[in-house]
Amino acid sequence: MSIGLGVSAIGQGLLWATLGIGLFLTFRILDFPDMTVEGTFPMGAATCVAAINHGIDPFWATIMAIGVGMLCGLVTGLLYTKGKIPILLAGILVMTAAYSIDLRIMGRANLTLLNKPTLLKTAFLKSLPEYFDSIVLGMIVIAIVTIALVYFLQTDLGQAFIATGDNEKMARSLGIKTDNMQIMGLMISNGLIGLGGALVAQNNGYADVNMGIGIIVIALASIIIGEVAFGELTMNQRLVAVTLGSILYRFVLLVVLRLGFNTNDLQLLSAIVLAFCMMLPVFQKMFNIKHIIKRGVTSHD
Amino acid sequence: MTKPILELRNVVTKVNRNTPEELTLLKGLNLTINEGDFVTVLGSNGAGKSTLFNTIAGNLSIDSGDILLRGKSIVNESEERRTRFLSRVFQDPKLGTAPRMTVAENLLLAAKRGQGRHLVPRRLRKALPHFKEITATMNNGLDQRLDTPTGNLSGGQRQALSFLMATLKRPDILLLDEHTAALDPKTSQELMQTTNDRITEEDLTCLMITHHLDDALTYGNRLIVIDNGQITFDVAGDEKKRLTQEKLYSFFSDLDG
Repeated sequence: MSIGLGVSAIGQGLLWATLGIGLFLTFRILDFPDMTVEGTFPMGAATCVAAINHGIDPFWATIMAIGVGMLCGLVTGLLYTKGKIPILLAGILVMTAAYSIDLRIMGRANLTLLNKPTLLKTAFLKSLPEYFDSIVLGMIVIAIVTIALVYFLQTDLGQAFIATGDNEKMARSLGIKTDNMQIMGLMISNGLIGLGGALVAQNNGYADVNMGIGIIVIALASIIIGEVAFGELTMNQRLVAVTLGSILYRFVLLVVLRLGFNTNDLQLLSAIVLAFCMMLPVFQKMFNIKHIIKRGVTSHD
Repeated sequence: MTKPILELRNVVTKVNRNTPEELTLLKGLNLTINEGDFVTVLGSNGAGKSTLFNTIAGNLSIDSGDILLRGKSIVNESEERRTRFLSRVFQDPKLGTAPRMTVAENLLLAAKRGQGRHLVPRRLRKALPHFKEITATMNNGLDQRLDTPTGNLSGGQRQALSFLMATLKRPDILLLDEHTAALDPKTSQELMQTTNDRITEEDLTCLMITHHLDDALTYGNRLIVIDNGQITFDVAGDEKKRLTQEKLYSFFSDLDG
């Protein structure tokens, strides 16, 4: 395996990690599956690419993608809390509607960034060796996002947010406005997913209406792989584990592509990797893996 | 001491409104609670005890009548808003605490009951000595487990924590919904004793649902019985002290007959 591919996998993992962190807020903290992300990701990408094509600075185009993502989260949140639509369906509704809106935003099914400025084409990033541009950009973004979230979760508001996901009835009995917490969580989460869409589109050089398919599986894979690989962690460590999980996932993909699968098989492979990781606890019980490992490392007496 | 703090006037509460399953749970209930009252609430299953609590706390809206706190109507206040003056402990130990958050984090959430939550640091470390002190008063090892997620505590410790959380920020009205029922007899008695001590010490106004006639007679200065959505029995003070289990039993069998 060439070093270049490995470096590229790290860069990809960092850029895609924003998705994992975004989904972590709803999937792990609020404790519900938010399908909106499948619509938010391409919409973030479409918004960013269309904006750049209209001559808007890539930085502001990326900020716009975050805003659009937050709007998607707001709609899902309102459907769920005020409209009393089950969260899974609320997410699917927004995801479906997003498809049409993406076509409106771009005017067609895909849009390229060929010969257009992007965040990765700034003078400093261009001066770096190949693939290091995405690593540096990814590290800057992930550092900002992670630090901001670590701070947020330690505030009164962040604690109320965590409590809402942990025990909604208790949260309400302590005067926490749980509806607002869920809407806020969905907005922050989808804002991050929109950001991820914008970053990936700029890295790939185009946006496509179909680029959202299977996104939730990829984001979940980062979360689950991080958890499986690092075990019991504090909340802050878990946030970092998502990023590392995202990078690990890219390496897993790299290995299976090396085995002779092609990119068309990626969705299938992603689903299998995720299913396998989620079933690990069951396998462990079934084959008593922990016991065997313990027996293997302790000395006989 | 005889100033009314909470008044329910002709309160009617229905569920499943405008459907064939419509049920009237509270049927013109009248109740005046005075400041400092410790009221034990008895009643058979389905009599309306929990409905009364849910109506006071705002989980259920009322169809007619009025609920007054210190003479001011609160019927239009949301459940969240009413937590500024009201706190409650549920029967199920799982309902009262956030399982993945630590004991100290739970206490910190409860210390800000009914207040706005803003983007300011939570200041957990500053509160720790105080939390250590108050958890020690529970005498069940809770003070040694401040950094433990509450999901790993025993049921008794969790319920003691729930009770502590409900009284951490002094409530005008405390609702205890069979909060010792899910515990073993010994733990249950210990928590009941702690509950009584704290309520008496802090002179709290409290309503406590119980199925133990013993507890209902032993604790509190007033006893009410709810049947079929109304208060059918209400004794206080010396009259309550003179009440015996036999009299209560005969009263209940009259209800059934």
